[in-house]
Amino acid sequence: MTDIGFTSQGIAPRRTDTRSVAAKARLKARYRSNTRFRWYGISALAIASAFLVILITDIFTKGMPAFWQHSIVADVAVTEDIVDPDGKRDPSAILGADYMALARTALAAAVPGIEGRTQKKQLNDLLSSGAADELRTEVAAHPEMIGKTVKANFLLSDTADLYLKGDGTPIINSAPSLGTATPSATAGEITVLTTDTDFAAALVEVKKDIQSKAAALSAEADRLQRLNSGTTADRIAELRKDAKSLEARLSNPNSEEVLDGKIASHLVEINGGLVKVTKLASSVVTGDVLIPLKSTEAAAPGQWQLITYATPETDRSISDRGVAFLEHLRSNGHVEKQFNWRFFTAGDSREAELAGVRGAIVGSLLTLFVTMIICLPIGVLAAIYLEQFAPKNRLTDLIDININNLAAVPSIVFGLLGLAVFLNFFGLPRSAPLVGGLVLALLVLPTIIITSRAALRAVPPSVQEAALGIGASKQQAIFHHVLPLAMPGIMTGTIIGMAHALGETAPLLMIGMVAFIVDVPKGFTESATVLPVQIYLWSDLPEPAFQSKTAAAIIVLLTVLFVMNGAAIWLRKKFERRW
Amino acid sequence: MPALYLAATVLLVMAGFFVSRGRAIAVGGAKLSQLHSLPVYHGLYTAALVLVPMLLVYAIGTPVVGWLAEHNALSNFPSESITDPLARSTLLREITNLIAGVTSGESSEATRSAAVSFTETHVLGQRVILATGIVVGFAAGFWGTNKVALRFRARDRFEYIVQVLLFLCAAIAVLTTFGILFSVAGESYRFFFDPAIIGRPGVFDFLFGTEWNPQAAMRADQGEIATAYGFIPLLAGTLLITVIAILVAGPLGLLSAIYLAEFASPKVRAIFKPVLEILAGIPTVVLGFFAALTVAPLLRGAGETIGLDIASESALAAGLVMGMMIIPFISSLSDDVINAVPQAMRDGAYALGATQAETIRQVVLPAALPGIVAAFMLAISRAIGETMIVVMAAGLAANLTLNPLHAVTTITVQIKTILVGDQEFDSAKTLAAFALGLVLFFITLFLNYIALRIVRKYQEQYD
Amino acid sequence: MDMSVAFDVNTALANGALVTPAGPPPKISAQGVNVHYGEKHALKDVCVNIAPRAVTSFIGPSGCGKSTFLRCINRMNDTVATCRVTGSILIDGEDIYDPAIDPVELRSRVGMVFQKPNPFPKSIYENVAYGPRIHALAANKGELDAIVERSLRKASLWEEVKDRLNESGTGLSGGQQQRLCIARTIAIDPEIILMDEPCSALDPIATARIEMLIEELRQAYTIVIVTHSMQQAARVSQRTAFFHLGTLVEEGETQAIFTRPSDQRTQDYITGRIG
Repeated sequence: MTDIGFTSQGIAPRRTDTRSVAAKARLKARYRSNTRFRWYGISALAIASAFLVILITDIFTKGMPAFWQHSIVADVAVTEDIVDPDGKRDPSAILGADYMALARTALAAAVPGIEGRTQKKQLNDLLSSGAADELRTEVAAHPEMIGKTVKANFLLSDTADLYLKGDGTPIINSAPSLGTATPSATAGEITVLTTDTDFAAALVEVKKDIQSKAAALSAEADRLQRLNSGTTADRIAELRKDAKSLEARLSNPNSEEVLDGKIASHLVEINGGLVKVTKLASSVVTGDVLIPLKSTEAAAPGQWQLITYATPETDRSISDRGVAFLEHLRSNGHVEKQFNWRFFTAGDSREAELAGVRGAIVGSLLTLFVTMIICLPIGVLAAIYLEQFAPKNRLTDLIDININNLAAVPSIVFGLLGLAVFLNFFGLPRSAPLVGGLVLALLVLPTIIITSRAALRAVPPSVQEAALGIGASKQQAIFHHVLPLAMPGIMTGTIIGMAHALGETAPLLMIGMVAFIVDVPKGFTESATVLPVQIYLWSDLPEPAFQSKTAAAIIVLLTVLFVMNGAAIWLRKKFERRW
Repeated sequence: MPALYLAATVLLVMAGFFVSRGRAIAVGGAKLSQLHSLPVYHGLYTAALVLVPMLLVYAIGTPVVGWLAEHNALSNFPSESITDPLARSTLLREITNLIAGVTSGESSEATRSAAVSFTETHVLGQRVILATGIVVGFAAGFWGTNKVALRFRARDRFEYIVQVLLFLCAAIAVLTTFGILFSVAGESYRFFFDPAIIGRPGVFDFLFGTEWNPQAAMRADQGEIATAYGFIPLLAGTLLITVIAILVAGPLGLLSAIYLAEFASPKVRAIFKPVLEILAGIPTVVLGFFAALTVAPLLRGAGETIGLDIASESALAAGLVMGMMIIPFISSLSDDVINAVPQAMRDGAYALGATQAETIRQVVLPAALPGIVAAFMLAISRAIGETMIVVMAAGLAANLTLNPLHAVTTITVQIKTILVGDQEFDSAKTLAAFALGLVLFFITLFLNYIALRIVRKYQEQYD
Repeated sequence: MDMSVAFDVNTALANGALVTPAGPPPKISAQGVNVHYGEKHALKDVCVNIAPRAVTSFIGPSGCGKSTFLRCINRMNDTVATCRVTGSILIDGEDIYDPAIDPVELRSRVGMVFQKPNPFPKSIYENVAYGPRIHALAANKGELDAIVERSLRKASLWEEVKDRLNESGTGLSGGQQQRLCIARTIAIDPEIILMDEPCSALDPIATARIEMLIEELRQAYTIVIVTHSMQQAARVSQRTAFFHLGTLVEEGETQAIFTRPSDQRTQDYITGRIG
């Protein structure tokens, strides 16, 4: 209207300055700022994605080894006097027999010459306490095996298994020996004398090792002292003492060195046996025989050698003897690596190598079943009511606000509800999938209602109008036409809700689904645990093998969730309808 | 017995359905369209008429019979032995064990006769329920079947019943809230005010006390152990971890959302949105494992190399991983609100010669600010209520500290610690968990309510 | 036809207020119909008689209330929560707003075709068969098939779709979809068919076919059509009612309305001065 405004006031129109150098620089700076901003976004996204990648990689590297297991393969004589002393072939007697004895015999045969209680026990400790279970079922199923010698698999204990998976110590073979070595005996504490200074290099290494250990301890003590937090005073004193004792050993000019578990282990392999060095001098060692020597003959240069287990014995869970046995078994072809089916077929166990997730998976299935049959119908019907029938009044407004708030109530509060109402008030059984399912149903109900409402809302009103227009009642229009069209959306929401329920842990802890349950649950009111709770329980256990199991269970859980979410996405893509 | 009742119900419901439907078909004759409602609705109406009262009879009858059976069983004992609730429940357990056949040792004469009268009452009661149910079902079915007529609006009646059912389903959500309020608030009330609870703190001591050291219930003769229920260290710990989480997730989530909404090509969006969704779908127990077994040792190791003493259950580790958890939360909510800003506002800024970054910073973000604030509030509420990460990665001792390198504990950790394992329901320690739950419920409710109001206002603004 | 007495009484009663058409008694008779949407007074005191077995068109500028009135005739407005209808609408002398009337049953007598073709996302067959099924119009599959075929024939769609009855109704062209919707309406054999701008989403050729169809259907049904096109009203209808700002301005022979309207507003509208 007044396009002559400014000229009439005598002010000349000012153009934006775009040509001057300053303006160009300004523009450039603005562009730079633009680019910078963009990069902030990219880096944020990259960091978030990196989190995910690190998480997944970490879990997989930790968990994948748990899907394989090592066992001993050995010939075992299924002798009648152990398996079926009565000779009646009574199945319960056969099942009840001491198969571990057979396993131990087979193992003793694989590592011959082991004498003495402690050493035999150390050998037998390599076996899992359930090592003979497979043989037991096998023999029970085929009694004709009794009296024969068969090849059998005996499961190794978790520490042995971990060692074979590489979680033990690097083994270093020293340079070829130059002198001729003579052992003093084939077992017990012996000396090995060599004609050359074959052990001199090792001695130097050991001394260096002790020196650096002492330095490290002192440094740690200094660091703690700097922090000066008061609570560490004892620890500092202890460190200083240790460092001093190590230094004292170094100051001793004696060329002999006593080895202990705090530094690398040295062993001499000679005449088919293995000697663990306890005292090291440049041309003679004293040590304990781990694997008996075949003879006391002198071994020619190159026919024997010095071996180092680089990780000190105290820093690993398996002893030198265990390593020696396992290496012996491995080199004789007695060790076999198999896929860990047991992980999927066994329930929980206190022994890491025997523990499986079957009980937890069945528990999860039972729980989710309860959740599903409660919250799908209720959720969908509630959504239909709220979306299609609810009058707009304060009551329905209240329900609406409520549902949105419930969706964000912390899950642990639902656990408190379950504890107070289902367990204490209604007296339902603790730890049962029934109660777990009820609690999870209440937990995911808001999600299902919200997504179902969205799905119902997405169906255009014209569909309902069309049905109404030919004399269908409103419920007929909804149940015959609107609901079927909304169903893919509802199913997508339900699957996502179920995935959420499957990963939920905290409320189930409240209602006692944390019990240690070995048996696979058979019903809705039996004690059970679920997969995420199993993960939580295992993660708390100190054995390193359980860490790997935990990660493996996480892989199982994530795989299931991935499949569920994939199904939801597939459903959404397949039935997505643009109106 | 329940199976028998169920069978009777199913049978009567089906009978009602088929008889009524058949009758409607007969009434309709050759031209069924004369009927107001399809025969199937006549059938359904009668079926519903039978089902509802029969279910009611069972739902009311069963607890009544249970109560009567207990009452009759306990009348075998002297009255003073059943006034004490504990003795009462012990007796009842003995009786039920005897009936179930799991007895430890000899049972007394009284217990045995109690078991007999319990079983007798129970069996009789169940029979009465069954008979009543069948009579009621028959009556309802007869009535419904007689209603069948040409102009009888069976469909309207049946649809009314369905609509009531729909309403009841919707009401369950409200019932859940009331359930939470009544159960949690009820136990909290006992925690603060029930004189039978030994060692209960005052409300003021709870809310403002700076020491948290719950001990198991003690009797008067066990002497005084330093029990304290001061809530402040838990709140401080929770907030410390939450603040760390928001410091991590806030910038990362918001910047990711901005990038995805404003800069990213559809292809990049198609890749990274699912990545964030996957992150959102990772169960928190997995994140807790990651925090406790990977992040915490890593931080501790890193701290050692630069000379920092980081606790192995430091707030930092828990907070970092918690931040990871809420990144997708913030980013997806922010993404939504940024996308809701009308394109016209952006176009206006571009038309003035603003760069993209300037448009976002000066136009889009201010416009989306309420929504983003709401997203942060929801994320904070999520972090405060999160349990597994802190249970696995944070400490148990209630240290009142703001140092993120130290171990702190949180509200949820304490609830979990108190309630997992054996619990006596009448001890202050157990009830304390409910008090904590109540506080947690209200904190998150408050945050959610405000956030949802902001979001609603915001949506209205741009709809 | 025991109702005929009632008609006469009703028409006689209404005579004073209405521009009563000569000839047979009206199929639909509206008296003092007011519609409120919340605060908005959308339709003011509408009184009109609609002749049986004829096409009556409602014309008027957007928002004039013609669609609102149409949706009163089969009580589709009941589905709008905020909508309040007062006054009475008689169909064959029976007040359809009487509490005793079931709106669902009413709609099986008063069919409706919507502005945008809205076939169910189901097969063509299912689209047509749904109505007869919920009203129990067919005793068996054979009868149902017959109804479907007859309806599709009447909607002159049979030849085009007879080989693909199991394909989705949404796969048809716009014009075919609309004829399918008409077939769906015919299938329940209503007495009245309401059409809410049935051609507004169609191209001229499809429009022409629908118009031909309307001409044929007039023989058997009372048709009320809302249209924004005066030409269409002139082509298909025998009688025309002009709505403006929520009031019925005038109603009469189509010919008369378009050539010599009695009201100035009608004059202005048909000459393009308001609209």
